[in-house]
Amino acid sequence: MAYQVTGKNDTRSGFGVGLLELGRKNPQVVGLCADLIPSLKMEAFQNEFPERFFEAGIAEANMMSVAAGLATAGFIPFTGTFANFSTGRVYDQIRQSIAYSQKNVKICASHAGITLGEDGATHQILEDIGLMRMLPGMTVVVPCDYNQTRLATLAIAGIQGPVYLRFGRPKVEIFTPAEDPDFQIGKAQILAEGTDVTVFACGHLVWEALKASEILKEKGISAEIINLHTIKPLDEAAILRSVSKTGCLVTAEEHNVLGGMGDAVANVLSRNLPSPQEYVGTKDTFGESGTPEQLMVKYGLTANDIVSAAEKAMSRKK
Amino acid sequence: MTTAELSSISSQVRRDILRMTNGAKSGHPGGSLGCADLLTCLYFKVMKHNPDFSMEGRNEDVFFLSNGHISPVWYSVLARSGYFPVSELATFRKIDSRLQGHPATMEHLPGVRVASGSLGQGLSVAVGYALGKKIHKDDRAVFCLCGDGEMNEGQIWEAALFAAHQKADNLIAFTDRNFLQIDGSTEDVMALGNLGEKWKAFGWEVLETDGNDMAQLEETISKALSFKGKGKPVMVIMKTIMGKGVDFMENNHHWHGNAPSDEQLAKALTQLDETLGDY
Repeated sequence: MAYQVTGKNDTRSGFGVGLLELGRKNPQVVGLCADLIPSLKMEAFQNEFPERFFEAGIAEANMMSVAAGLATAGFIPFTGTFANFSTGRVYDQIRQSIAYSQKNVKICASHAGITLGEDGATHQILEDIGLMRMLPGMTVVVPCDYNQTRLATLAIAGIQGPVYLRFGRPKVEIFTPAEDPDFQIGKAQILAEGTDVTVFACGHLVWEALKASEILKEKGISAEIINLHTIKPLDEAAILRSVSKTGCLVTAEEHNVLGGMGDAVANVLSRNLPSPQEYVGTKDTFGESGTPEQLMVKYGLTANDIVSAAEKAMSRKK
Repeated sequence: MTTAELSSISSQVRRDILRMTNGAKSGHPGGSLGCADLLTCLYFKVMKHNPDFSMEGRNEDVFFLSNGHISPVWYSVLARSGYFPVSELATFRKIDSRLQGHPATMEHLPGVRVASGSLGQGLSVAVGYALGKKIHKDDRAVFCLCGDGEMNEGQIWEAALFAAHQKADNLIAFTDRNFLQIDGSTEDVMALGNLGEKWKAFGWEVLETDGNDMAQLEETISKALSFKGKGKPVMVIMKTIMGKGVDFMENNHHWHGNAPSDEQLAKALTQLDETLGDY
């Protein structure tokens, strides 16, 4: 196996550590947060670089446009708030002041998806990947664990232009290496090779996909597991290479099945290599309160759901 | 530059605004005419700026237009200051132009640093840019113009709180107080009341001026600049007349977003001296 579990931590902590490292390396990096500094793990950056950190208060619209202004002055602003307030609440600010204006702003979003848990549907955005990937010029990155979130935070500082970085709240398995030469923005990662079905996953669902591959193996099914951490720009070549080998696929994401990573993959395949595809994701619904584990089960986002989807996709192969 | 020379430039700017909107058969002449004196004063007298445009604008005074719909006045002043050829004004709102209906950066029009048009965002951008200048220890000023109708937007008041809290004292904002917006009087649509008192209450230094009196504008901006570095952002409530300079357009909100016909243009141009040569 190309992966090994080395512990458990939340992806947002990977962001906090990465941001601090960036602050030390790059004086152009500035931080902004909308009254969620501990939740975003931005305290360390704030403490070490108070002159490069702005508490924006509970005023996300202003924060996004202020970030655009800081970028205009030559800085690389990293904004931090929950995914809901990073996207849906401020869509027009991102659209006009950041994306259309081609500003070098990094929109860093924690507590994404249903695993935010007990706070419920008001805070569990399941539409943000779709919203962000529709914006021309936006890079969309959804890393899978603590280590990868740290690496992604470091990497996006080097991308000229707006980036949406999505991560989460619960502590989850760490299975990618601390330093990973195989991790590059825009390049899909093959975590397990297989021949019967490809599972494309992002974020918290990558670990579920790896667990699913073990269950499938016991059933005699060889699944290729691909971490599609960059949803835009999409690694089309990797998608086509894998599906031309396996002939069917599952997409797995902590997001609405409408508009997310699964649809991004379907778009590539429908134009180039139409193939049986099953979606693992929330089924055009809002979430609700509960523990992350309960919600993952109730909304069909577990390894078992990926196994069922893989079997169904395989059954549809001609 | 003398006050008379500035007024002579703003007369040409007004001709440009009318000819551009007429040529495009669309656009926003009313607010543009009202703000012609301010932008002329800023670009031809007050601001230290470089028409050899750099996005970062380091060690320059920088202007942001938050109420992007009055792009004609900005484009005219930018062209007349040498940012791009004056002849390009003829392309306003036309296909393949750098002069988009609302200001944009995608086409790389020199002078524009951020897109504006969806209201309420430009002031926040200007605040962020001003804070960036402070980190760079660049002591030039940041100017921003907002419409009074734009004050309906909640984000304006987020920026008001934030700028005061951050002591953005290198920022001088203007409100184009012409009392008119698309649906009528600002006081009938959603009353703004005493705007000056509101900005004061938010922690800003507030000045008031007649935005169509060049000498008064020069004096007020000079006073505003004297507050730079004193701990507070400045808001200049600038009374203007929508459609200023054309008798049949003045104080009529129809001219917020309607272009003059050929006949109306001809009539309007007789009221404004061609001082720098039409494009």
